[in-house]
Amino acid sequence: MRRGFVPFSKIVVALFLLILSQGTAVAEQPLASEVAAGASSPIEQALLDITSEDAAVRSTAAALLIAQGDASLLPKLDAIRAEADRATRQALKPVIDLLKNHANLTNAQSDTRRSAAADLVGTGRSEAIVWLEEAATKEPVWWVKYTMEESAQLLRLRAEDHAVRVVAVKKLGELRSQNGLSALKELLEVGTQSGSTDEQRALADAAHASIGQIDAWFWWADAIETFFRGLSLSSILLMMSLGLAIVFGLMGVINMAHGELMMVGAYATFVTQQAFISWLSPEVFDWYFPVALPVAFCSAAAFGWVLEATVIRFLYGRLLETLLATWGVSLILMQAARVYFGDLTAVIAPQALRGGAQVMVGVYLPYNRIFIILLSIVCVLGIYFLLFRSNLGIRVRSVTQNRNMSACLGIPTRKVDSYTFAFASGLAGIAGWALTMVGNVDPGLGQNYIVDAFMVVVTGGVGKLAGTIWASLGIGGLNKLIEPVSGAVYGKVFILVGVILFLQWRPQGLFAAKGRNADA
Amino acid sequence: MPEQTVARPDSRETVSLSLVGLVLLVLLPLLNVLPADDSWLHLSDFRLNQFGKFLAFGILALGLDLIWGYCGVLSMGQGVFFGLGAYCMGMYLALQIGAESVYGSELPDFMVWTQVKELPLFWYPFKSFVGGFLGAILVPVLFATLFGFLAFRSRIKGVYFAIITQALAFAAWLVFNRNETRLGGTNGLTDFKQLLGFRLSDPSTQRGLYIITVLALVAAYLFCRWIVASRAGNVLIAIRDSESRVTFSGYTPWKYKLFVFVVSAGLAGLAGMLYVPQVGIITPAQIGVLPSLEVVIWVAVGGRGTLIGAVLGAVAVNYGRSVLTNYFPEAWPFILGGLFVVVVTMFPDGLLGMIRKATARKETPAPAIKAEGGTVA
Amino acid sequence: MTDGDLILNCENVVMDYDGFKALNNCNFSVHYNELRVVIGPNGAGKTTLLDVICGKTRPTSGKILFGKGANLVGKNAEDITKLGVGRKFQAPSVYGNLSVWQNLDLSVKRPSKGVFPTLMGRSSAAERARIEETLETIGLSNHAHGRAGALSHGQKQWLEIGMVILQDPSLLLVDEPVAGMSDKETEQTGRLLTSLSEKQAIVVIEHDMDFVRQIAKIVTVLAEGTVICEGTVEAVQADDHVREIYLGRAKVAH
Repeated sequence: MRRGFVPFSKIVVALFLLILSQGTAVAEQPLASEVAAGASSPIEQALLDITSEDAAVRSTAAALLIAQGDASLLPKLDAIRAEADRATRQALKPVIDLLKNHANLTNAQSDTRRSAAADLVGTGRSEAIVWLEEAATKEPVWWVKYTMEESAQLLRLRAEDHAVRVVAVKKLGELRSQNGLSALKELLEVGTQSGSTDEQRALADAAHASIGQIDAWFWWADAIETFFRGLSLSSILLMMSLGLAIVFGLMGVINMAHGELMMVGAYATFVTQQAFISWLSPEVFDWYFPVALPVAFCSAAAFGWVLEATVIRFLYGRLLETLLATWGVSLILMQAARVYFGDLTAVIAPQALRGGAQVMVGVYLPYNRIFIILLSIVCVLGIYFLLFRSNLGIRVRSVTQNRNMSACLGIPTRKVDSYTFAFASGLAGIAGWALTMVGNVDPGLGQNYIVDAFMVVVTGGVGKLAGTIWASLGIGGLNKLIEPVSGAVYGKVFILVGVILFLQWRPQGLFAAKGRNADA
Repeated sequence: MPEQTVARPDSRETVSLSLVGLVLLVLLPLLNVLPADDSWLHLSDFRLNQFGKFLAFGILALGLDLIWGYCGVLSMGQGVFFGLGAYCMGMYLALQIGAESVYGSELPDFMVWTQVKELPLFWYPFKSFVGGFLGAILVPVLFATLFGFLAFRSRIKGVYFAIITQALAFAAWLVFNRNETRLGGTNGLTDFKQLLGFRLSDPSTQRGLYIITVLALVAAYLFCRWIVASRAGNVLIAIRDSESRVTFSGYTPWKYKLFVFVVSAGLAGLAGMLYVPQVGIITPAQIGVLPSLEVVIWVAVGGRGTLIGAVLGAVAVNYGRSVLTNYFPEAWPFILGGLFVVVVTMFPDGLLGMIRKATARKETPAPAIKAEGGTVA
Repeated sequence: MTDGDLILNCENVVMDYDGFKALNNCNFSVHYNELRVVIGPNGAGKTTLLDVICGKTRPTSGKILFGKGANLVGKNAEDITKLGVGRKFQAPSVYGNLSVWQNLDLSVKRPSKGVFPTLMGRSSAAERARIEETLETIGLSNHAHGRAGALSHGQKQWLEIGMVILQDPSLLLVDEPVAGMSDKETEQTGRLLTSLSEKQAIVVIEHDMDFVRQIAKIVTVLAEGTVICEGTVEAVQADDHVREIYLGRAKVAH
């Protein structure tokens, strides 16, 4: 959880700064307007002209106001707009938009700065080029700076001067501007039509080169994003299948209710959130998420413990029966959730996990996904240490290998069984806790992933952590790789066919247990 | 010797079964036709039709019992084969609607909505009844052959097979839900009007379908019984008991599993074919993971490894459902889930096992004592 | 002796389980109509040897020649069974939910054991007579129609032997047949095996030295995956190397 604090505190600071800057802006406003009022300047005149009946006068005034570019006029303009007629409002709107966006270019929030830069392209006003370039030189965040430069070039593309346009086309190519792609394609089309002028052809050539650059870049960017999405799905599958693999591999139990134990974890998170909303002050709201972790783990583990004690303990050694009985349990849990919570409940992500990181042009990685990937790594390491480096792990493994001998050595096998099962269920709870960050909490939560998770267990082979890890990477990755080509549905079908064909080659999965007792 | 033969219904059972068959085949339709509508003897059209549906489910359950109850291979994808059979018959019925459809087009309504201009090629065989009938059996059979060949040949066993078939059910459900598969998407196929010129809304047509279903069930039962009683049936049980030993008796288990899997798929297709005209609709909801698993619970409740138990379970569970969902619609998933748990943990032999135990205790107390004192068994 | 007399000849068979060599360059051969007993300490690879012969597991390397030169390595179990190798497992392995008769009926050697011949097939009078005869031999005539799962441990052992007999194998592999049997049953089993060896070759794994003495002519001693000694019971018992292996491995190291 240490990870969570750093961006969290940063955001608090940012919020503080934002409030502060707004406060000072308010304080300065009267001053600015006094200055404007004091001198009977062209601006003053323009402010009057903008309400004129004459359209030509209005647009000259608007142009002047835009060229002046002073955001301090905004309150006045707003005041004028509030009382003006329709024509004036129409004349004012671009002025206000431009001035607002101009002002926002120096906003404390990087997101606001960036969207201002992006919005300025839409206005199509060449005045904005200077603003953007000026702002870009001072911009500390590379991604915002990039957008400013890109927007400036996009505006230049509409310039009259041929040379400027050619340079802009080239620059857009260098910037790998995806937003410029459609404009560039248009230029290419114009230039390749018959009867095009030399200038148009020159532009088309430049555009062609730039498009090539951009396309090549975005192929890679797509590949990276696909890889990341695959990794993120893999992590979800991994967290789910780890618990499944533990009870399957170590205890010989197929737990079809595993998905619903995950659902229990998700609802525990939801309930924790609701408790924070009702009983605690909003400032500490974000703390619900870390608090929900133990709550989710414990509640899922408790459900698992009860499930083991009441149903599964009677079914050890009868795999298919465990499968069917736990299916029944899963039906009951799902329906219980549906009756009690209704169909749609969502968890609000804490600040730190909202948004994402723009790591390079065209590659945006949402924080919640990064969080899930990291969490799955933590889970794997945790399980590894627990199973292979701790006393409990030795006991669990000894019971797995020889129950009677372990009992003779004084290991309480019944207890080990129920602890193992509860622990695996708790893992499902953690997975559910994490899943609230990427989707709604609903009774079908577990069902969405259970089939894939079982595919992972089957493909990975029984009783090997490495198999589960590789298989989740493979299946999660393949899923996301196929999805853009064939759509999600056929992706699933292909995965099923793939798994069946894979099992032709390796019936016991990736990492089969070998040895005398292999088929025992 | 007091020891009883294994897995063979005795003659008394045969007699009582024939009686049940007669009741189903003759008495129920007569009770539907003869008594006046308000008589307490009268069986309403609705009930008879509902019973026909349950008996079609009985055929589906027989197929699963053959592969799971006898051979020990749990297929959690029976809904897929049922659906394939149902869709084949449904396609035939949909094309029979003809100009009676909402849009007056020769194409089924959903194609008109989804702007399909021409009948897709794979629909052509279903213009004729023979196409629909053969398709309903052959499509599931061929699909099961392909799937089963790949699965069994590579020695995918036990839970692995169960999980793979569950994934199959899941995938099939997804595919049938898509509009571009040209099978009506989520809404499925419905609004059927006639079958071979008989109006489906006519009670006498439904009565005829009921009788055909009973006959099909009897035929399916006899067919399964023949398989079970043959030496191959013994091989199936042997595979369940000890698959590895079977190979050392010279048999190739996967071929037997494939055979019984294909037979069960054919029976599921037959069940689907009978289901569609009686219920009047087939949607992907009948195909998915849950419907496939419900078949398992029917068989488990009735008593796996006994053919009668499978049919009994299918009828009992579905009847229970139709009664309960009337009164407590939200309770059914709880009951179904509870049934799974209770039957699996406490009554592995199901209803029939309980009945047999009860009657055996009542009727043969003396031999039981003799057995205890007498022989090794 | 020439190779022509051998029904089974294992050459340099290695069975490697992730670095643990259960069989390590094992050379082992059996003559027609021979009753061979294999002994050895726990973990010597005795059961693994039978497993690789009958196709239950595939050896890592080596050759296993059977009869007139068929190599069994790479063949699957049912084909090896059809070639004429019968296997009786250590833990009695019968079909518990079938009757004794059905157990035997399934095992009878038939031209085809494919699905459809088996589905249509009915036992011929000759087959029924053979089953009756075998029931007599294994002493289970009275239990013919009872569930095999209800038999006692010893009876199951016998039933499994009966099943293997009905397969008409030319080579019979028997893993600890008398484990859990009473003295009388043990003796009967010994007589049965001896009489069977008149018609077929038999390999028996056994721990019970009294039983070994009763039936064996030649004994093979297996240790750590290789044959270390072969000879009569007396010769083997007198062998120093064998004694070292049974009494304490430490001496071998020096």
